[in-house]
Formats: sequence, structure tokens, C-alpha cells
Amino acid sequence: MDFRPFTISMQVALFATCITFLLGLAAANYVYRMKRGKGVIDTIFTLPMILPPTVAGFFLLMLFGRNGFIGRFLDSVFGITVVFSWTGAVIASIFVSFPLMYRTARGAFEQIDQNVIYAAETLGFSKFKIFWMIKVPMAKAGILAGTVLSFARALGEFGATIMLAGNIPGRTQTMSIAVFSAVSSGNREVAYIWVAVLSMMSFVMIMLMNHWAASGKAGKSG
Amino acid sequence: MSLYIDIEKAFPDFKLSVQLEGHREVIALLGGSGCGKSLTLKCIAGIEKPDRGRIVINGETVFDSDKRINISPQKRHVGYLFQNYALFPTMTVWNNISCVIRKPRAERHSIVENIIKKFQIEGVKNLYPRQISGGQQQRTALARILVSEPRILMLDEPFSALDTHLKWRMEQEISSVLSEFDGVAVIVSHDRDEVYRMSGKVAIMNNGNIESLGAKEDVFGLPKTLAAAMMTGCKNISKAEKLGDFRVKALDWGVDLETALPVLDSVRYVGIRAHHFKQANAATREGNTFTCRIRKIIEEPFERIFMFSFNTGEELGSDLLYEVSKDVCPEIDLNIFALYVPPDKIMCLE
Repeated sequence: MDFRPFTISMQVALFATCITFLLGLAAANYVYRMKRGKGVIDTIFTLPMILPPTVAGFFLLMLFGRNGFIGRFLDSVFGITVVFSWTGAVIASIFVSFPLMYRTARGAFEQIDQNVIYAAETLGFSKFKIFWMIKVPMAKAGILAGTVLSFARALGEFGATIMLAGNIPGRTQTMSIAVFSAVSSGNREVAYIWVAVLSMMSFVMIMLMNHWAASGKAGKSG
Repeated sequence: MSLYIDIEKAFPDFKLSVQLEGHREVIALLGGSGCGKSLTLKCIAGIEKPDRGRIVINGETVFDSDKRINISPQKRHVGYLFQNYALFPTMTVWNNISCVIRKPRAERHSIVENIIKKFQIEGVKNLYPRQISGGQQQRTALARILVSEPRILMLDEPFSALDTHLKWRMEQEISSVLSEFDGVAVIVSHDRDEVYRMSGKVAIMNNGNIESLGAKEDVFGLPKTLAAAMMTGCKNISKAEKLGDFRVKALDWGVDLETALPVLDSVRYVGIRAHHFKQANAATREGNTFTCRIRKIIEEPFERIFMFSFNTGEELGSDLLYEVSKDVCPEIDLNIFALYVPPDKIMCLE
């Protein structure tokens, strides 16, 4: 039994979630304060959630491929190849999980009483301090939920990953790709194991999220 | 220790235009909801940016549209007490206050210690805002503002969220804070009694403009505009027409009134406060005495309110109110009920 898909999945999902966390928070904080052009930016940031994974993968290939705009830059400057690599799997995961983090965090920021932010400003708090000391703690429940959702999405990512990173055992074969591989090669036992592992992890994550959502609400109304 | 503002800000259906000056005093902005009172505070604090004008706090220009000066709220050092206090919900009372102070740890500790003692919130210092009462929240918010060493204080409807008995107590506490404060304080309110008790100077705002401005005694004593009369609690207002230099016709009430001050050509309304009527007797059968028809008597705990119209023979008089303390007015002969208004109590309004 090859356990590498588990390790690869966890590494890719954790790494991708860390980056999605920061990108999503920054985007959410930027968009929720926007006055003009909010609708367009919001649509662009949400698009990866709605796009068919294969279409997302296609776009990523165009960008990060050997002839792609970013791919050529990364190759010539850093010598990094994205296509058919672990990095590719991470990029695909970031791309598809980003909207979940962004939207959940934005929703949580929008719930914050604007007067609290104004009060912090008049009391001399810098923008940085307001973000980390006031906004993030106040939006904690939503941010946690967004992080778990993003992680779950990154862990389950299949379509864009297989387009960009391929299915290379020991390098880019994640658990969800391993399920596909096992089924298509008639290896039922292996498929059962990965299906069980992924199902259980998803179950636990939803449980956690519901728990945090409930505690967030209790905190507000109490 | 002064404040100067002259600002304009236009919205699609509303225009704010405020000129105000103060020097180490308590200024009240009195007006109905949506008249621009809170918006004015937000402009002073730097939360909203006026389209045009100038704001000077203690001699420092914090906003000037011509010179393109617009200092951030962080650097304006204004103390802004929000209507809902705007405490940081994720911090305890202690942290809400201490996080504002930029000083060494030991010094910070003693400052917080002193202020929570002064505001009697020592017992709740480790609780979160949602766990304490409205009065304690307000004290915490005030303490937090004072330790930030503001140059001016601004209080937005400070008592609107409190119960009546608590309101009275907090008003006394805030009054003493204001009297100790060395600078201009601005209070926004829609409650004329509160404004009269707490401030020295009053600005009546209506539809984005300051309609009258002056010492509270003058503004309340002789309001000059309809909005000012209504905001200072005048309950009887009629459309009016000038008849002579000291005579005005109250169109809604169907009577002519004598005034003590000359009637201006611009008069459009006339007002009489409900407690300025006096019951007429045989001796006071002079000008401004009218027989009245009582429509309804409303009993309040300590006052009696008569709804009446002037008996003009025609059926056009609309209702007026006459308020009198029950001690003064034990019983009334309803058949020969007549009221008298001294000419100096007739308010001619634009």
C-alpha cells in the first residue's frame, strides 16, 4: 500500500491553506471597504468557485505553462517549473479554495459594527493595528470557518490539479487523484481506503465548522 | 482650547452646511433625526470628508479643502463617544482602556487603575462589554476616551440608550467630566431638556443647516425659526400674517395677537408655548385674552393639559395646548374659561 497520497495531500492542502488564508483575508479586507467597482472585483474573486474545475485548470495551464505569462517568468528567473510539479498542485488548490476564504471572511467583516472601527481610528489605532487587534478577533468565527472550508476544498481538489500537476505517483498524486487512479485501474481496495479517509476528514471538518459557527453566534447575542 | 468649523458636504438629496465656533465651552447640536448632527461630528473626527471648508482644533488646522489638508482621524486626537459606545467586544473592560495608552507598562497600569476607580468600574474590569450594564459600558467608553488625552470631546446622543433612572445619573456624571475637561465639548442630542441642562451654547440644526446659534437662554427664550421653535418644544404653532408693527394674525387659530417686539415682514408662523398661557380673570381683560372651548383634558402625574380652541364664532380654530401644574390649577369653571397670553411671549417665526 502506497501511503504517499496522504502525505502529499496534507502537505499541498496545508501549504495552500496558509497562502489562501493570507490572500483571502487581504482581499476580503480590501473589497468590503470598497465604494466603487465592488461588484466587478467581487465577481472576479468569486469566479474560481463557480468555474468548472477543468476550465480553471485550463486557465492555470495557460498562465503557468511553459509558454504562459507567469510560467515563463518563473522558469527563467527562479528555474521553477509549475506544470506537473508539487508547486502546480499547490497553485491549483490555492486558486480553487481562495473564493471560499475570501467570501466567508468578507461576510464576517461586513458584520462588524462600523462605529467600533471609527472609534479605534479616533483613538489613534493604525490601520495595521485595527486589522489585527480589532477586525480579525471580531471576525474570528467567520475566519475560522473560511479557513476550514478552504482546507477542505484544497484537500478535495481534483480537476484543476490533474490538469496542471498531472497524476504522478509520489509527486503530485493526492488522495482524491489516487481514488480516481485506483478505480480506473480496477484496484477497488485502495479506492475504498482513500474514500473512507476523505469522507471521515470531510465529516470532521463540517462538525468543527458548525461548532465554531454556533459559538460565534452565542458570543454575539449573549 | 477652541474649535472652528466651516464645512459643506453635498449628497444627492441632502446638503450639510455648518459654521460653528467655540472656545472652552459645551456646545450642543440640537435637531431631529437625519438633520446632520452626527454627520457634523464625523466630519470633525475625520471619519467623513467634507467637500469644502475648514476645521481647526485648538489652533491646528486638521482640514482645509483649499490647502488640501486632511489629517487622519488617528492624528486629530478627538474624543468621540458613540451612541452605542463602540467598545471593542473582544476585549475586557481593562483592555479596552489600556490598549489606548501608548506609555510604558507600569505607567499604563497606574493610569488604568486610577480611571477605573474614578468611574467605579473596578468590579467589572475583567468582564467583556456584553456582560456589563449600559451605564458601565458608557463609563468604560468615557474612561477609554479620557485616557487617550483628547483635545475636544464629542458625545453623540449620550443618553438615548439608557433607562430613565440611569440616564439621570449618567447625565450628572458626564456633566462633571465636562466641567473638568479643558477644551471644547460638543453634544449631539434631540432632547431639548438634556441640551438645556448640559450645554452653554446651543445650535439648532435643521435639514443640514444651523438655523439658530447662541447662548441657550437666547435660543430657547426667543426662537426665530419654525424648526427652532419646534425643537425647543413649542407645541402651539400657527401660520401667520403681519397686520401691523405689533399685531399678527394667527391664521390657523382665527385670532389676532398683540406682540411686544416689532413684527418683521418675513413672519410666516407664530408660536405660543403651552405653559405661557394664563387663566384670565376679570382684571386681565386686555389684549390677547380669548374665551376658549375645551375639547379634552389630559391628566399627567403632576400636570394638567387642556386641548382647546379659541372661541371665534366661526368653526375654523385648530386645537391648542395649555399646560399647567396641578398645584396651580385645582379646578376650573369650564363655562367661562378664558386664557391670556402676555405679548412678550408671542413668538414670531420665519
